[in-house]
Amino acid sequence: MRTRRLCWIPAALLTLAFAVPACGSDGSSGSAGPAPTGAALSGALEVSAASSLTEAFTELGKRFEVAHPGVDVTFNFAASSTLARQVNDGNDVDVLATADEANMEKVTTAGNAVDPRTIARNRLAIIVGRGNPKAITGLADLGKRGVVFVVCAPEVPCGAFASVALTKAGVTAAPASLEENVKAVVSKVTLDEADAGIVYVTDVKAAGAEAEGVDIDIAGDPRLEAVYPIAIAKQASHLAAAKAWIAFVLSDEGQEVLTSFGFRAP
Amino acid sequence: MSRRHRPPIVATSIGGLAAAFLLLPLAGLAWRAPWSSIVDDLTDPAARTALRLSLLCSLWATFLAAAVGLPLAWVLARVELPGRRLLRALVLVPLVLPPVVGGVALLLAFGRRGLVGQYLDSWFGITLPFTMAGAVLAEAFVAMPFLVITAEAAFRGADRRYEDAARTLGASPWTVFRRITLPLTGRALAAGGVLAWARALGEFGATITFAGNTPKRTSTLPLQVYLLLESGHLESAIALSMVLLVVCVAVLVVLRDRWTGLP
Repeated sequence: MRTRRLCWIPAALLTLAFAVPACGSDGSSGSAGPAPTGAALSGALEVSAASSLTEAFTELGKRFEVAHPGVDVTFNFAASSTLARQVNDGNDVDVLATADEANMEKVTTAGNAVDPRTIARNRLAIIVGRGNPKAITGLADLGKRGVVFVVCAPEVPCGAFASVALTKAGVTAAPASLEENVKAVVSKVTLDEADAGIVYVTDVKAAGAEAEGVDIDIAGDPRLEAVYPIAIAKQASHLAAAKAWIAFVLSDEGQEVLTSFGFRAP
Repeated sequence: MSRRHRPPIVATSIGGLAAAFLLLPLAGLAWRAPWSSIVDDLTDPAARTALRLSLLCSLWATFLAAAVGLPLAWVLARVELPGRRLLRALVLVPLVLPPVVGGVALLLAFGRRGLVGQYLDSWFGITLPFTMAGAVLAEAFVAMPFLVITAEAAFRGADRRYEDAARTLGASPWTVFRRITLPLTGRALAAGGVLAWARALGEFGATITFAGNTPKRTSTLPLQVYLLLESGHLESAIALSMVLLVVCVAVLVVLRDRWTGLP
């Protein structure tokens, strides 16, 4: 008896599973209609952005939605290399913003985005735990005995930068771990598994009270400055909203928000 | 007679669909695999180190899972404990937990400042993250439930009358377990062990989160594959995945026939 009474459950689940995506595609196909030309933008704008842009873009998204009530901005935050691969694999987003030019180039040379523009720059910093218990004052201290430090893997932009910085500072000690993205470096430090990590200035700021930053003093080396390009994807289905988004990010208000999260002006 | 031999059409065709669903992605991998350069990709020292490390870590993880997981499964199946049902449900949590969350949970328990880890560090000077032991622990955490479920079902399914008979004839509990329970359940236990091993071999999320990605210590094949993908080396990533796949399938096929009797 019990099994008979319960046998509607799988059926109901199946129905739900099919019904939910059906609703979703219904909604987006409705909004993906002819691009609005007037002042009133509408639709679901899909923005793929580097994970280091998470906090700043989330704030920008809120403000953009206030200015354009018809637009629903959704973000896909991940490592730039992942985003570039996704766009080249046919993930049809509207806007792509990466944390380096190399990954943007992969997309533009494949013809999947055009005309990238720089929205911000970012610098490396050392992140340490609250109160800086190991008294780290610069890159050279990372090589000291008893200091556990982590960096990004050389495959991701922050890791490539970190390796240049370490070489330049003459640090030969090996990092305890080569993390898969910059936020993983942050969490290893905030969880106190590592004493220090090399991240971006913006990540130190985003970590708030849980961590502190130590400036890296290699001024003016262009190899140590991350450049953030943004571009409209070729597959963009909300062209007008995408253009408005990029204009907003580059506007005075947009730049102010980016600066408040620790980014530098382009 | 002929009715019995005719394959049931509906079940066979749906089963065929299921098999295609499972096999097509593998076919996709094989289709994109760089067969011309695969030998170079596989004999690459970094790849060989990662493969050796993967095998070593997964075998240790399986050993660890068996050493503590089998007694647990036996207790769950045979001992009347208060809260046994709750315990049984909790043991299976790593199965549903996203592995990355499992990794964070392991950090909070066994990390340098974790619940237990802080004492390991201050009393014994042991820190697990960024070490091979950490990678083994992460894999064991994710893989052990597979062994425990399989073994518990086997212990439960074994006919207890044989054990009772042995006990009435004066056998000690350990003798009963060794001479009666183990032979009755051996194939299922081995199947559970193989499942756990396969899961440990492919483990990624908990490992990279808890043990980090340290060359030669925690950077197992799945981690290398992920980083290769991240850096746009799709072909090399596929080549490495193929190694993992071939090793795993070979072992499963051989063991299936030899001892496990997996259905």
